[in-house]
Amino acid sequence: MKEYDKLIFEISRPGRKGYELPADNYGHDALADIPAGLMRGEAAELPEVSELDVVRHYTNLSNKNFGVDTGFYPLGSCTMKYNPKINEEVAAMPEFAEIHPLQEAETAQGALELYYNLQQALSSLAGLEEFTLNPYAGAHGELTGLMVMSQYHISRGDTRRTKVIVPDTAHGTNPASAMVAGLEVVEVKSKPNGSIDVEDLKPLLDDTVAGIMMTNPNTLGMFEVEILEIAKLVHDAGGLLYYDGANFNPLLGKVRPGDMGFDIMHINLHKTFSTPHGGGGPGSGPVGVAKHLVDLLPNPRVKKDAEGKFYVTGDDRSLGSVSTFFGNFGVMMKAYAYILTLGRNNIRNVGPMATLNANYIKESLKDAYKLPIEGPCKHEFVFDGLLDKSNGVTTLNVAKRLLDYGFHAPTIYFPLLFHESMMIEPTETESKETLDEFIDVMHRVAREAAEDPEVVKRAPVTTAISHPDETGAAKNPILSYRSLKKAKA
Amino acid sequence: MSTVKDDLRYAESHEWVKLEGDIATVGISDYAQHALGDIVYVDMPEVGDEVEAGEVFGAVESVKAASDLLSPVSGTVEAVNEILEDAPESINADAYENWIMKVKVSDPAELEALLDAAAYAKLCENE
Amino acid sequence: MSNRFIPHTDSDIAAMLKRIGVATVDDLYADIPEEVVFKGEYALPEGMSEIELRRFFKELGAKNRRLTVFAGGGAYDHYSPSVIPHLLERSEFYTAYTPYQPEISQGTLQYIFEYQSMISELTGMESANASMYDGATATAEVMFMMVASSRKKNRVLVSSTISERVLEVVRTYARFHGVELTEIPECDGVTDLKAIPAELAKGDVAGVIVPTPNRYGIIEDYTGLADMVHEAKALLGINADPSALAVLRTPAEWGADIACGDGQTLGMPLQFGGPYLGYIACSNSMLRKMPGRVVGATVDASGKRCYVLTLQAREQHIRRQKATSNICSNQSLMALYATIYVALMGNDGLREVNRLSCDGAHYLAGRLVESGKFRLAFDKPFLKEFVVKTDLDVKKINRRLLDAGIMGGLDLGNGMIEFAVTEKRTREEIDKLVTLMLQED
Repeated sequence: MKEYDKLIFEISRPGRKGYELPADNYGHDALADIPAGLMRGEAAELPEVSELDVVRHYTNLSNKNFGVDTGFYPLGSCTMKYNPKINEEVAAMPEFAEIHPLQEAETAQGALELYYNLQQALSSLAGLEEFTLNPYAGAHGELTGLMVMSQYHISRGDTRRTKVIVPDTAHGTNPASAMVAGLEVVEVKSKPNGSIDVEDLKPLLDDTVAGIMMTNPNTLGMFEVEILEIAKLVHDAGGLLYYDGANFNPLLGKVRPGDMGFDIMHINLHKTFSTPHGGGGPGSGPVGVAKHLVDLLPNPRVKKDAEGKFYVTGDDRSLGSVSTFFGNFGVMMKAYAYILTLGRNNIRNVGPMATLNANYIKESLKDAYKLPIEGPCKHEFVFDGLLDKSNGVTTLNVAKRLLDYGFHAPTIYFPLLFHESMMIEPTETESKETLDEFIDVMHRVAREAAEDPEVVKRAPVTTAISHPDETGAAKNPILSYRSLKKAKA
Repeated sequence: MSTVKDDLRYAESHEWVKLEGDIATVGISDYAQHALGDIVYVDMPEVGDEVEAGEVFGAVESVKAASDLLSPVSGTVEAVNEILEDAPESINADAYENWIMKVKVSDPAELEALLDAAAYAKLCENE
Repeated sequence: MSNRFIPHTDSDIAAMLKRIGVATVDDLYADIPEEVVFKGEYALPEGMSEIELRRFFKELGAKNRRLTVFAGGGAYDHYSPSVIPHLLERSEFYTAYTPYQPEISQGTLQYIFEYQSMISELTGMESANASMYDGATATAEVMFMMVASSRKKNRVLVSSTISERVLEVVRTYARFHGVELTEIPECDGVTDLKAIPAELAKGDVAGVIVPTPNRYGIIEDYTGLADMVHEAKALLGINADPSALAVLRTPAEWGADIACGDGQTLGMPLQFGGPYLGYIACSNSMLRKMPGRVVGATVDASGKRCYVLTLQAREQHIRRQKATSNICSNQSLMALYATIYVALMGNDGLREVNRLSCDGAHYLAGRLVESGKFRLAFDKPFLKEFVVKTDLDVKKINRRLLDAGIMGGLDLGNGMIEFAVTEKRTREEIDKLVTLMLQED
């Protein structure tokens, strides 16, 4: 097949067009009345292409992509589960797609009911009192949740609490969110098995601590078994517990963050609740809180009156607003469709089957890859590279070789705890046959690394491109077609 | 393996400094450039900026890492190495030849708190 | 265990447990303290088949009313070409994640590169990022960029003529992050530029942010502003509607260092407020302070042109608490939406969209003013959104319109109504709107 390598700008031809609009019958060119000084001087250089040009171009681009629908996508910490098609159909319904966010509540009862009922469903699944669905993504949920934490202390006049404790194994987003929320990050050490060192935590808990931010299972996929003690220590010290919902999937059906003592959490709807990752977004990062924090949630809020009517309101005690309107509503629709499809019984199998899949891969591959921590993991686990590293084959090499065999690579070089981290998360939607194929291929790559290491180091060899020059890209950034043309000239 | 030059003083954060008169020349060590890999960008201060010992004065970036630069001395920036604007990779080629800034120091005694070559070499070994 | 999203048969489970070496799935959870294991029932309905689910959503959707929209306020009822949802449904696009593996993500990487190119063209700025959540959070991030760029200054001036919803978010972010925010007052519907020099003279201002068009739809005149701001060694940011920039003077032409805004106007469905798209573009001197993902062009080992995520050393996964922002997931699929929209429309199409919207808005304004019951609240140039003032009862008018299936203008209080007209509205719809508005009860 011929390889397609054009940019949309490069198939542009002057005078070609991809749109039709109704004729202007207002009889007056009002645009021409606007003072010239307020108008654009030089025209933008945009493509001029026909509708078919556009359709072929983007269809060709889609063929250069690998998604969950293409194949197994064991990207650790990202929960790349199947994205049900009915969810897409529902979200596109014009009865929702054509609703303006500022319509009178009486004309948007269906949308408001969905928002309200989804937040109720999440509350029940998380064991918390109430959720806001306004945050747009996981990191945005973290930021919002930390604002709740901060606002709680401020509202009680306790303004000294400006520190948030974050495990040293945490994803970089946690400390970055704390920084944006104006909180100072204090790292708590982890034990060699990746769980929080309670003895290291104790001396950190003074009256300047706003709370702790953690995930459970932790970054290594292991359950923090001392969670109840941690919760008690933090609460006794006057702090709050924040749960990073990036790892919520294995607990669905088993454990609720609220019952572990967490006061605040965010959920990634695009992880646990099956909404598509969209090549990097849109996601959705609802934030749930315990009863004593409900009034602090961001505006706008959706509530239900005594007659069962839904309305939009704000609260003076709220931390403020974090979104223009109600967040990524279309994403919420997909998550709600997923929850309704599974229902209260099937949803209980999500966590256990995700956990079963992860343990199955882990146990099947530990004869070839270095498993730093033994024992049952939850939805994901980490290998520290190949067991036999004598030929110099790295995790990066293995990851690239997997592409040749038709799999997406795991998350690599995270967590930072190990030099050759390879984080594998299969999710519950993958069948035993798919896992067996993956296990076979991983074994084959390990054999190649031992017998013919250059084959692995050269990989990938079957992909459209191979070994892109990332150093060159960062040194001389070319971020637009205009600068690409300039660089060529 | 990375080299440590005898006639320089080093900070634990891997900057080197060489004092000539009251002018201190500052760069990053060979060990640091190795650890970072291909350097793609150096964020440098402006001439005239005040820097303080132990405080951030800039940053170096490679493709997948970034590291703040901490000034080993206090004083006023007298010059920055403009070669690095277009060729940041020069540091990879020779980290000691390609300095980052020159500072007119306000307290030469600060250098005494820094590591000598032997102590720094030992620090690198242990990292 | 098996359902259509969970494929495990009993024999699969038995075989897998055997390999793992445990007797039951529950054994994999044996490390969890008994007290925290959930033994209750979730407050959820029974699972639904697809037939039931479709019926459920149809009934829920029937509780919404689809209206003829004459309001904006940050969400505009522009035309969405049919092509776009069809291409967005290519699941190679929407079931992928962030393009961490460039070898199998050239589709995503290339459309982001095209998107960045288009945002750069529309704003006139040198470089754009791969998208932000929405216009409000993008504006808040611009505030952070300004503070991060100046080593010591911690104050940002923001015009109070920026949309209230954007301002609310900016205020929230500023308060928690510890940025001192000063709101420049408005004067007759536009930013009071005369109030700026005194603030700049205090020497602590890192940047100034102003809108185009502003919260009343007015196209403000920023002549001289950039020089004033730059002389004080501060940065100028402009929050701009990217669709309007096909015709209006661009942030670059006004001398801005950073542009930001909401991309919903690029044909995105109203969808009760989201997903939309935030954008940030800047001059290259600001590049390393720009938050979010960025795609760059490069070559592979065989010299083939390709695209990769670049400048990653700025990002949270590397810099942790020293990052410029915490954003990771963005609105990538909506960036694809915008890219396809701009590709279809081109410069001429965008110009026509603006022309139709502008002509419709002025036609409506003219009809209302000529009735003698309404007057323009401000005598200033506008594009598709404008405010009228009236002594009539605005609530009554909007109620009457709603009964006729029309979403009237936004009630700003004090007899002020803000209308938005897009290319989707017809002259007949406007005539009907005016007739209803003038009707006596």
